[in-house]
Amino acid sequence: MLELVGAWLLRPNVVAFVILFLSGFYIMVTHHNLIKKVIGLYILQTSVIFFLVAFSAKTGATVPILLPGADPVDVGLYTNPLPHVLTLTAIVVQVATLGVSLALVSAIYRQYGSLDEDEVGKRLE
Amino acid sequence: MTFAFEIPLLVLLILTAASAMLVKDLVSSVFILGSYSFFLALVWAWLGAVDVAFVEAVVGAGLATVLFLLTLFGTNPKDTRLRRPPTPWAAIVGLPLLGLLLMYGANGLPEFGDPASPASTHVSPVYLANSLKDTLTPNVVTSVLMDYRSFDTLIETAVIFTAGVACALLLRRDQG
Repeated sequence: MLELVGAWLLRPNVVAFVILFLSGFYIMVTHHNLIKKVIGLYILQTSVIFFLVAFSAKTGATVPILLPGADPVDVGLYTNPLPHVLTLTAIVVQVATLGVSLALVSAIYRQYGSLDEDEVGKRLE
Repeated sequence: MTFAFEIPLLVLLILTAASAMLVKDLVSSVFILGSYSFFLALVWAWLGAVDVAFVEAVVGAGLATVLFLLTLFGTNPKDTRLRRPPTPWAAIVGLPLLGLLLMYGANGLPEFGDPASPASTHVSPVYLANSLKDTLTPNVVTSVLMDYRSFDTLIETAVIFTAGVACALLLRRDQG
């Protein structure tokens, strides 16, 4: 048990990821307001991206922009660029899905006159 | 000592996320979410991911906040104030179980900043070593995004186009 806690202390990024992921999920499951649900979705998505970026770090390494005049590139000097590229794509797609879901929310409001899940359900019947 | 700068940022991150969750007024919640995005960008800059930090500060904190505010002002909801809903028991039981499972899995992950971790040993050294020779671009993130994986980026623009078309169709005024 003690060594498990020690292992978590060495990985604070993972602990922060788990807390953010669960709180975003909690908002999506429990809140009845549609905009609040989208806020939860946003927190959940950014927490996963944060988890991926945390793997790119190397101790003693700097940003992945090559210094001038280093012909055989010292690979240990730069952080891993691949998670950065993949999460750049993911962030832009995340905002695209956010825009579509907010457009859906405002279309629902225009049709049913409410942002509350239960009210919309009642007016559907 | 390694985490001396990062721990306060992570605490701020969790605090802003928690207050975005707990605040009842939706407009304040959206603004707190914008500050959450800025703290996230700071953490990423500290981790060495400057490109990701720029994109998060512009797209996450800027564009997402504007989209949220446009929706809030467009819907002009009378039910801006939330009432407290009863929590379903499935969430009370399921979410802590999921958290325990994730924490148990964290035990087997590589340590923070380990240069010999699997993510940093297979392909990424090849990109770092050959990027300047192949593409004449010192920024490796740009060369991978625009050159090695340019098809990925091309299809991503198709995704954004689809999202724009979907938004335009949903927000049409004259639908019957």
